[in-house]
Amino acid sequence: MTEAMTLSAAPPRPVPAGEPVLEVEDLRTYFDTRDGVVKAVDGLSFSLKPGEILGVVGESGCGKSITSLSIMQLVPRPPARFASGAIRFRGRDLLKLGHEEMRRIRGNEISMIFQDPMSSLNPVLTVGDQLTEAVILHQKLGKRAARDRAREMLDLVHIPEPERRLEEYPHQLSGGMRQRVMIAMALGCDPSVLIADEPTTALDVTIQAQILALMEEIRDKLKTAIILITHDLGVVAEMADRVLVMYAGRKVEEADVVELFERPQHPYTRGLMASIPRLTAAEMETAPPRLSEIPGIVPSLNALPPGCTFADRCPHVQDHCRRGYPPLEPKRPGHVAACWESHRLPEWQP
Amino acid sequence: MVDRTTAAATETKIQDPPWHRRLVESLGDLREALRRNPTMLFGLVVLGVMAVAAFGAPYFGLPDPMRQAPIERLRDPSAENWFGTDMYGRDLFSRVLHGGQISLMVGLSVAFLATVIGLAIGLVAGFNRRVDAIVMRFMDALMSIPAILLAIALVALWGSSVPNVILALTIPEVPRVVRLVRSVVLMLRDQVFVQAAIACGTSTARILVRHIMPNTIPPLIVQATYICAQAVIFEAYLSFVGAGTPPEVPSWGNIMAEGRRFFFQNFGMILYPGVFLAITVFAINTFGDGLRDSLDPRMQRRV
Repeated sequence: MTEAMTLSAAPPRPVPAGEPVLEVEDLRTYFDTRDGVVKAVDGLSFSLKPGEILGVVGESGCGKSITSLSIMQLVPRPPARFASGAIRFRGRDLLKLGHEEMRRIRGNEISMIFQDPMSSLNPVLTVGDQLTEAVILHQKLGKRAARDRAREMLDLVHIPEPERRLEEYPHQLSGGMRQRVMIAMALGCDPSVLIADEPTTALDVTIQAQILALMEEIRDKLKTAIILITHDLGVVAEMADRVLVMYAGRKVEEADVVELFERPQHPYTRGLMASIPRLTAAEMETAPPRLSEIPGIVPSLNALPPGCTFADRCPHVQDHCRRGYPPLEPKRPGHVAACWESHRLPEWQP
Repeated sequence: MVDRTTAAATETKIQDPPWHRRLVESLGDLREALRRNPTMLFGLVVLGVMAVAAFGAPYFGLPDPMRQAPIERLRDPSAENWFGTDMYGRDLFSRVLHGGQISLMVGLSVAFLATVIGLAIGLVAGFNRRVDAIVMRFMDALMSIPAILLAIALVALWGSSVPNVILALTIPEVPRVVRLVRSVVLMLRDQVFVQAAIACGTSTARILVRHIMPNTIPPLIVQATYICAQAVIFEAYLSFVGAGTPPEVPSWGNIMAEGRRFFFQNFGMILYPGVFLAITVFAINTFGDGLRDSLDPRMQRRV
């Protein structure tokens, strides 16, 4: 993974073009709790073009997963509510759709892969049963046709002997195999958007690489737009076209992947990058340096300070940072960040 | 009882074969089953013998259990009357065997009905908060009445007949099943595979029936065996206090009730039906325990 950090050497990826397939605008997902309103996602906007991979990074509890669940409208309401915003999928605002209409979009137009392949398959149903469910549901295929489609999908995700696998139960598959099945399930109806919520976190490293390669291959083949949610910057560097950094429910920085890794404008992004373990040959000889970290934790989302939410953990904090939340503004071409001090940050040394 | 059975359901990790495959495996190869789970097999065999004895009784060439012969009343066991005769001279062995029909029928029917009704209510209650609030208060109220009292009251109200006894014993059992199913549903509802199914666009009804229900079955089967055992006892109890099956129909409870007055003349009238009752209940419980062992993967690994 660390090798991926030296991105300048990698060939530039073709920039995906076309109308955005998904646009999130000023999304606010609030939770009404006994201790007040928890602003899990607070004014998030981004857009996604066909065939684009958008990496969403941030620590635990910064709103990544709630963002993806909001798009799918899988957040339990109540306690959650959408205080404002729009999620436009091909021009239609998902937040305004009824239950039935939303159900036709889930799994059909927008699919989702979950983190833990160990528990995201139903233990009592065969792989075939679960794979055919979505296509029978959405594409009204017959049993026979759905099975053919399921076999095709297993082929697509490189599962050997698909015919036999269809009859097997989840317990007969390995972790990586299960995640492949999950991906096949998600792709069954040829969705235009795939949301992958930490798809590789529960897998071991060699399998991780295979799954990521598979997702890239699928993007290239099917032109599926992918929202890749992760806390692993290595994965982002390798996969994403564009990166969105979230902190405490807000977007703090967004840029193309190369731009972001070469010139991070937000101290939080820099902190995340500095926390990646790296060993040079020289350091291997002597004692490896202490792994750097971002001190402190994400502030409680129901009691955010008036100023910059990162102020308490920021090494470059100034007094005025605590007075008002910094606006999200372009710092460089195609690169936005929310930081009062970004122009005064030292040159970034990767 | 409920505590013991929920264990099988909490294990939704997919390291192990699904429950129906484990069940087939544990019964598929008899020798293997005997080695791995002798208790279940023992219970099953004893129950099988009981069932053959009870439902085969009319074909064994035994005397008619209803035929009275006052001249032969209260005989001791002999070659003709293995268990002796009762106060009307009816053959006790024949009566005890025939009595098993009622016990097994009531036990199985109550277990089946209570499970099916409880499953339906529990599934909905577990998934819909508003239904849950109303239904569970009603179930709590029902549970606060002792089961046997409720059953006696219901039979008194409806009149004594076998279907009425079955219904009267089913109603107090339903809340227990509902509670069990509801607790399992609440647990399963937050499982990732249910979330994943919702994310696939599956409808709520389909999720309940296809994704959640099959996973509630293992603890439910086990619970059903306990309900069955209890219903067998309760049926005998109801008959014994005269609130059960009509007195002319031979049932273990009836025979024992009649035997009370003739305890010193023919002790067998209490002893034999009592022994049959005890063996049956014991066999059902052993079978239930064994079933739980083979349905719960954690239990299996320990063996």
